[in-house]
Order: sequence, then structure tokens, then C-alpha cells
Amino acid sequence: MTRAGESYWLDVWRQFKVHKGALASAAFLTGVIVAVAAGPWLWPVDPQFIDVRARNAGMSLEHPLGTDQLGRDTLARVIAGGRTSLAVGVTAMAIALVLGTLVGVLAGYLRRIDGALMRLTDLFLALPLLPLLLVAILLFRDMLRSAFGPEAGIFILIVAVIGITSWMQTARVVRGEVMTIREREFVLAARSIGTSRRRIITRHILPNVMSPVLVSATLGIANAIITESALSFLGLGFPSDFPTWGRLLYDGVDYLQRYPERAMAPGLAISLTVLAVNYLGDGLRDALDPRIRTR
Amino acid sequence: MFVYTIRRSLIAIPTLLVISLILFLLLDLAPGDPTAQLPLTIPHDVKERIRESLGLGEPIHVRYALWLVQFFVNEPLHLLSELTGWDLADDRQRVISWQSRSPVVDIVMERLPQTLWVVGLSYVIGVLIAIPVGIVSAYRQYSWFDQVGTFVSMVGFSIPTYFTGILLILVFSVQLGWLPSLYDTTLRVTDWQSFLAQLRQMIMPVSVLALYNAAQISRFMRASILDNLNLDYVRTARAKGLHERIVVLVHVLRNSLAPVVTVVALGVPGVFGGAIITEQVFKVNGLGQLLIISIQANDLPMVQTLAFIFAVLIVIFNLVADILYGLLDPRIRYD
Repeated sequence: MTRAGESYWLDVWRQFKVHKGALASAAFLTGVIVAVAAGPWLWPVDPQFIDVRARNAGMSLEHPLGTDQLGRDTLARVIAGGRTSLAVGVTAMAIALVLGTLVGVLAGYLRRIDGALMRLTDLFLALPLLPLLLVAILLFRDMLRSAFGPEAGIFILIVAVIGITSWMQTARVVRGEVMTIREREFVLAARSIGTSRRRIITRHILPNVMSPVLVSATLGIANAIITESALSFLGLGFPSDFPTWGRLLYDGVDYLQRYPERAMAPGLAISLTVLAVNYLGDGLRDALDPRIRTR
Repeated sequence: MFVYTIRRSLIAIPTLLVISLILFLLLDLAPGDPTAQLPLTIPHDVKERIRESLGLGEPIHVRYALWLVQFFVNEPLHLLSELTGWDLADDRQRVISWQSRSPVVDIVMERLPQTLWVVGLSYVIGVLIAIPVGIVSAYRQYSWFDQVGTFVSMVGFSIPTYFTGILLILVFSVQLGWLPSLYDTTLRVTDWQSFLAQLRQMIMPVSVLALYNAAQISRFMRASILDNLNLDYVRTARAKGLHERIVVLVHVLRNSLAPVVTVVALGVPGVFGGAIITEQVFKVNGLGQLLIISIQANDLPMVQTLAFIFAVLIVIFNLVADILYGLLDPRIRYD
């Protein structure tokens, strides 16, 4: 359905625009990213600053979302928490994506190791992930903390464990795509003129599996944000002086009766972001897959 | 079908062994030491003997083999003797929790009913909601019902259960004061009054999980019905003059339930995992909460057993899903 003279991505954009929910989500996410990235300039209050005289303050002009039990500004903490949560989401997704694409391409292209790689994928799918994540954090937390410092250590740990335990879906999807692309004529043509295997993969196969990878990337971010905040919510994620949305929610629950906004603000931030990311993924899938594009 | 079932079941055994080995090795790397909390005045050689009495002195392959025997032979025998009253187990060694010094499996059995009640009920309710919603959404595709259903299910699986739980607590416990926010496990149902109390404390945890499950399953149900609605046999059924209700609820539904049944079976272990969080929100003292407190207390035998139980659940329900799929759809038996 591509019009004459129109590039592929322009066509995708035209399709994407049809999905109003996805479009609104993209705008919302852009807003969140800008707010979180430019937060220190937009709201120049130090999230770590303890103002004991203003503790447990309600909503006011000075503190739009109030302050916590130590007098730290909640809005500044939500912004700072968003930075960590989004950074964890994106980094963990990148790790999962690289692992998943690697396994998927290798399994789909090289028949000899297909069986072994798919058994490995099945094995990972059979692991109880949440308990295992909790156990891994229990075991390696102190080690990484002493090696990289308390904040960087726990960041590396959480990103790594989420990445290593969520590549399986991507690998399966990519493997399936690669297996059909491998048999297509242009790959045969490339092979017949003596293109090396590595070049066929990087030049002809990878660009063609980009669309499922892109879709699973967006869903991967949502998954990673939820997992990180779940870990923080269970008290096994980031320490409380290093706010993330999950940690703020966990801290806010204790004051739910008197200061509900303390739990609501980070909770809404997580929910709306994940909802927007899921809608974005939905819209991208519709726009990128020509088979369901008949509307 | 019989050969297929046997073959599928045999594959599960090496998978379980590999998973148990991974869990064992992972926990063996643990820097945690059960004697670390003991007073410093205890002499070094006494400490060493305490470690040996906990079974930590042996080399790793011996300990792994011992654990396998304890978990797969001794524990089932103990369970059997308790159920039947015969003395089958004598005093075979059991897996002992470091924290409470009582057998791990006994504690797990104590906690299991709470988890099963809350999680099991929410899953059943979720499925019961999801199936009719899926059918109507598919049959009236792009109608307002479908649009609303799509939106609600998107919201349902985007909002994490710990936030829906808190939201419900805020509205129904804090603001309205209708429902208790904590789950009281000591409550015994003896009369109508205590039954009502039990019902009231179960409403919130069950509905949080039910919403989450219904959101996912209703999407599968909708897609599966849509796949079938345009097939030839539906047109034939209509051409025969069958009533529309029979066409959809008998012919289409039966064919589209097959993939949904497997999704439902595959989802069971995930629900147990997800219940860890819901149990924490409502303070239900089930398996998930047990896992959290064992992790915080560095109680490795308990953590190991629980993680392995979750793994066993996943493998078993994968098996169940495969076998059910084979039963419902003869085309995929491969034999």
C-alpha cells in the first residue's frame, strides 16, 4: 500500500497516526521523558534535601505534592524516581533485546545449534522468575555494592537480572521470523553470489526482523519498569535514599491513611507510563506489520 | 495419545533436574552464613561443629545428592505417613529451615491453604469473567462493548497489582471503611458471622488478581473466537439454518476453547508468582509472603524449597497444557 515515492518509514508513520490511542501515548511518553530529563531545571529542588521543619506537609504551592516524613519534597522525589525507573527500563530492555536477538538469529539461521538454543530458551521459560530475581538480589547485592558503590551496584544488579531473565520472548519471535526470511529469494540470491554468512545476517536478515524487535522492545520496557518497581515494592530493590517509583510507592504505603498522595503519585506515574508504553507497542505492531494493516 | 503423554512427561524429568541443579548452585554461591548471627563469644571450633550439623561441611556434589534424596524420597514419605498414619518414614532426615528449625515442608503445608484459596479463587473468577467478555467482544467486533473491553483489559494488565491493591485499600478501607485492609488468617469459619468476615476480607485480594487474570485471558478468548468466526464450518452451520446462539456457543466456542484452555493452564504458575506481591499488599500469610520473609532472614533451605516448588508448578502446568492441547486438538499430537 506504499504510495509512489514514499519511504517505508513515512508509510509506517501514516499507519501509526491512525491509532489514536498510540498517538496520544507517544505524546504522553515524550512528555514524561522530557519532564524527567529536564526535571532539575523545571523543578529545582534537591530530592535529597531534608527540611525537618516542613516535614509531612500537605499539598501547597511550595511543595505541590507535599513532603515526606523527613521533609523531602515529593515532587522532586517523583521526578528523580522517574529517572531511575526509566533508566532501568531502557537499559534492561536493551540487554534483553541484544540477548534475545542474538539467540533468535543464531537459532533461526544456524540449524546445528537451533535445538540446543531452543532447549535453553525453554529452560529459562520454566524458571520461576520473580522468586529467582529475589534470590539473585539477595545473593549478589552485597558483593556488587562493595564493588561499585551502593547505588551503581544495585543498578547494575537489577538491570542485569531483569535483562537476563526476559529475553526469551524476543528470541522466539526473532527465530520464527529468521526461519521464514532465510528461505526467501533475496537471501538465496545473496548466498549465490558468495556473500559471507555474517554479512547475510547483518545486511539482509537483521533489517528484516527489525519490526518485531521494535515491538518487543516497547513491551520489554513496560515489563522492566513493572519488575523493577515490584522488586522495590517488596523492599528488595533500591535503597530508600535513592528513590525510584516502586520504592516511593513502598515508602508511601505506610502513610496511606493520612497522606494518600504519597503513594498515589508514584503509583499513577508507573501505571500511566506502562499503559502508554503498552499502547505504543500495540500501535507499532499494527503499523509495522503489513498483514494486519488492511483497515 | 498415550505415547504422546508418556513422552511429554519423560521430558519434564531432566528439565526439573536441571532447574534444581541451577537453584542449588545459585544458592551455594550465597555469601550468607547461617552462623553469622550467633554471638561472637562462641569459640571457632564450636561454630565449625554447628556448621557441620547444618550439613555445610560436605563437598557440593554430596550435598546436592543429599538434597535430592531429602526432597524426592524423604519428604514424600513423611507426607504419606502423616496422611495415612502408618510409620513409613522412620526418622529419615528432612529439609530443615534455618530460621524456625522445623521441617520446611510442614511450614509450606501450613501456608498453602491461604495461597490456594486467594489465588485459586481469583483465577477461577478471572476465567469466568474472561470467557463471556471474550465471546461478546469478538462477536460484536469494534462495537462499544468491544472498545470498552479492550481498554479495560489494557488497563488491567498495565496497572501493576500492587497499585490496584493499594487503590482498593484506599477507597474501600481508608475512605469508606467497608472492608478490612489486612487479611486475618487466624479467622476460623464457624458460623454465618465469621463466614461473612472471611468473605469480606477476601473480596479485595481476590478481585485485584481476578481483574489482572481476566484482562489477559479475555484477549486470548477474543482472538481465538475471531480466528474461528470466518471459517467455512461456521458458514455451513448457519446455512443449515441453525440458531445463531447454537452456532456461536456450541460450534465456534468449542473450537476456540482449545487454545484458551492451554493459556489458562500455562497461566497458573505465573499466578502463584504474581501472588507474591498481592500477598504482600494485603498481608496474606501464604507462600509468597513466606518466600519474602525467608529471603530477608537468609533462610536458604526454605528459599530453595519454595523456588523449586514454583519451578515444579511451571513444569507440571506446561505438561498439563501440552497434554490438554493434544487431547482437544488431535492435529498436534505428532505421533
